[in-house]
Amino acid sequence: MSSEQVSELLPRVAAQATRRRRRIPPEISILLVLVGIALAFELLGWMFVGQSFLLNKQRLVVMILQVSVVGIIAVGVTQVIITGGIDLSSGSVVGMTAMMAASLAQTSDFARAVYPALTDLPVVVPIAVGLLAGLAAGLVNGSLIAYTGIPPFIATLGMMVTARGIAKWYTRGQPVSMLSDSYAFLGTGANPVIIFLGVAIIFHIALRYTRYGKFTYAIGANVQAARVSGINVGRHLIWVYAIAGLLSGLAGIVTSARAISGQAGMGVMYELDAIAATVIGGTSLSGGVGRMTGTVVGTIILGVVTSGFTFLRIDAYYQEIVKGMIIVAAVIADQYRQRKRGRG
Amino acid sequence: MQRALAIDGAQGPADAAGFLLEVEHVRKEFPGVVALDDVSFKLRPGSVHALMGENGAGKSTLMKIIAGMQHPDRGVIRLKGKDVRLDSPLHAQLQGIAMIHQELNLMPFMTVAENIWIRREPLTRLGFVDHGELNRRTAELFTRLKIAIDPQTEVRDLSVANRQMVEIAKAVSFDSDVLIMDEPTSALTDREVHHLFEIIRGLKAAGRGIVYITHKMNELFEIADEVSVFRDGQYIGTRSSADVTRDDIIRMMVGREISQMFPKAEVPIGDVVLSVEGLCLDGWFRDVSFDLRAGEILGIAGLVGSGRSNVAETIFGVSPANAGQIRVRGKTVRIANPKAAMAHGMAFLTEDRKETGCFLILDVLCNMQMAALNRGFVSAGMVRQGPLTRLCEDMRKALRVKTPDLGETIINLSGGNQQKVLIARWLMTKPSILILDEPTRGIDVGAKAEIHRLISELAGQGVAVLMISSEMPEVLGMSDRVMVMHEGRVTGFLDRAEADQVKVMELASQ
Repeated sequence: MSSEQVSELLPRVAAQATRRRRRIPPEISILLVLVGIALAFELLGWMFVGQSFLLNKQRLVVMILQVSVVGIIAVGVTQVIITGGIDLSSGSVVGMTAMMAASLAQTSDFARAVYPALTDLPVVVPIAVGLLAGLAAGLVNGSLIAYTGIPPFIATLGMMVTARGIAKWYTRGQPVSMLSDSYAFLGTGANPVIIFLGVAIIFHIALRYTRYGKFTYAIGANVQAARVSGINVGRHLIWVYAIAGLLSGLAGIVTSARAISGQAGMGVMYELDAIAATVIGGTSLSGGVGRMTGTVVGTIILGVVTSGFTFLRIDAYYQEIVKGMIIVAAVIADQYRQRKRGRG
Repeated sequence: MQRALAIDGAQGPADAAGFLLEVEHVRKEFPGVVALDDVSFKLRPGSVHALMGENGAGKSTLMKIIAGMQHPDRGVIRLKGKDVRLDSPLHAQLQGIAMIHQELNLMPFMTVAENIWIRREPLTRLGFVDHGELNRRTAELFTRLKIAIDPQTEVRDLSVANRQMVEIAKAVSFDSDVLIMDEPTSALTDREVHHLFEIIRGLKAAGRGIVYITHKMNELFEIADEVSVFRDGQYIGTRSSADVTRDDIIRMMVGREISQMFPKAEVPIGDVVLSVEGLCLDGWFRDVSFDLRAGEILGIAGLVGSGRSNVAETIFGVSPANAGQIRVRGKTVRIANPKAAMAHGMAFLTEDRKETGCFLILDVLCNMQMAALNRGFVSAGMVRQGPLTRLCEDMRKALRVKTPDLGETIINLSGGNQQKVLIARWLMTKPSILILDEPTRGIDVGAKAEIHRLISELAGQGVAVLMISSEMPEVLGMSDRVMVMHEGRVTGFLDRAEADQVKVMELASQ
């Protein structure tokens, strides 16, 4: 019967096939949304503030800078969501890795260093430790999902709570400060933006041109068909979650470098912002659909909205209300696209 | 929440002609397939009317239409002489039609009583569910039906057979005029079957009409008053079970000519490529053994649930065996997953295009290349998309897949073209053992013929083909040998020369 249901969906084949040829790729429409939002703020700026929103270099940099950490996370989250999963642990992993990396980046002229014997280390040490800690968290997530079969939501929810706990336990809640200049350099100027765009490009290529990418989409589109096609689904998912963890670790390093300190409360709610950026960028929560370019644009939209509200001197409370509505609107748009595709 | 129709008297009311339910000239089409063609069917009050036919004959579609789950393209349904429209299962239920599904539909973490009266719970004055009354009603119902299950047990603690009895009790609790039972005994032991038949006799005496789908001949003679036979979506005829024999029914079920659509060419049969010995998968099949040779097409026939597909899945490593041996070209192999099977030159076209075949939201290219990606086409980490796309393009041409281009989303292709894409996916892995599960299900006649020709060609090139099919003409026309299964066991092998529809049906239905 189910094969008949498949064919039930098909009477419009010929007509639709030709009509659909010249459709706008989803990234373009998201880009148009971004341009629309930016122009709206520009207009409102001239009307209410008396100056340009966009023609201000400093503001443009801040716009992306403030979301670049979320963007780095979103690069990993996008891959997870394409497989049909979710990662709720990213924000907590940021906190955990920020603490661990920062504790190894302290200078010796600070009397109360976490590891007094381990100060003034070369900058690669804290970076490597931060990345490894993130990778480990991701490996645990992936292994739980692949081998125990628990839903990604639960596995990463567990990691969300655990990693935050580790972040607080690590120094009994004390912030880690007095970090070396070479470590802090990672967070200065436009460096976070460069790191964000760098990883976005790397994983854009990985998703589009490698077997890793093809399998990622396949698993999200139909996990059973993927398995029958000879894909080792469990092992692949471990990879995907490990990469997401690694990127969260990177985000933790950048966050602590920007703040020149590690704090256990870093990254709270970042996982939700990253999921929001991904979804706004057109990645489908039901899996199989999504592109890194969309996620980059989605991230920038979040930045523009935040900057725009600050620029218009609108209360921060409204920002959150509007952000919430944008996320819901993006998911509604996703549902609508799927229905047009002939699914759901 | 009130029922539209309720019967008080012992005798169910019927219209002038004496029929409880009449289905007239119903047609239901799915693109490429006519599931029901001008089908009529009449049910008398106080009788059991059995429906029989091969898989895909249209019984289930007809039942779904009567139960309001699907809507006919054409035709009339009359309930006690009145035309009715059945928009949904709930709507059908309210008008007095209840169905016992083949798959169980109970909620495991709720009690038996809660399951039976769901949506119809008795309430206290404050609007809370009145559990006392709920359990009392259930106990009453069970006493009436002589079912010995505690109403307060959670369904998950019941055996499959007991769950089925709860389903039956639930359907009876609707006090429906028409009760549809879709293979209700498939999960029951003899004792419970006996019990069920007693319940059915009680319902008959109360003037209810029962539509009874079954594959089991002996049940037919024990419980049914009339039997209607369907074949290929068409109504063949109705007989009184008192004056019909088993052979008559088999003849009605299979009585058609094999057309010229199935051109298995004579090719030299080579050495044994795949050899299966004593294969078991607990709960699905036991002790399956066969040899498959190069150039041979071995058909597997049997009814749905006979374990055919499970055998294929086990050989391909989707659900690895509990016991038994698989030898490929003489060497014993351990196949733990599909990737291992592919490494031994196997390919597996699954039964269910939508569930386990297509990546519906991805494009034709992705769908076609997915299996081949496991077998090369990667250098320095990057997929060599150029040669891969060219190969896909060649495949598309060779198999004549009708699609504007490889970038089209596969869901927009017809069933036959989707199937060709999936076949191409496997041919790109250059298999020496090709396992096909229902290769032409739900696709149009033209594409069917093309796929048959292709399978025959592949056999001619020395590929060993294992083909499961529910379509008798396909099995008989394509296969060099037919292996017949029934309830998880191989019941016999038939050579091409000796195989005919009656022999296959006999082996397939006890």
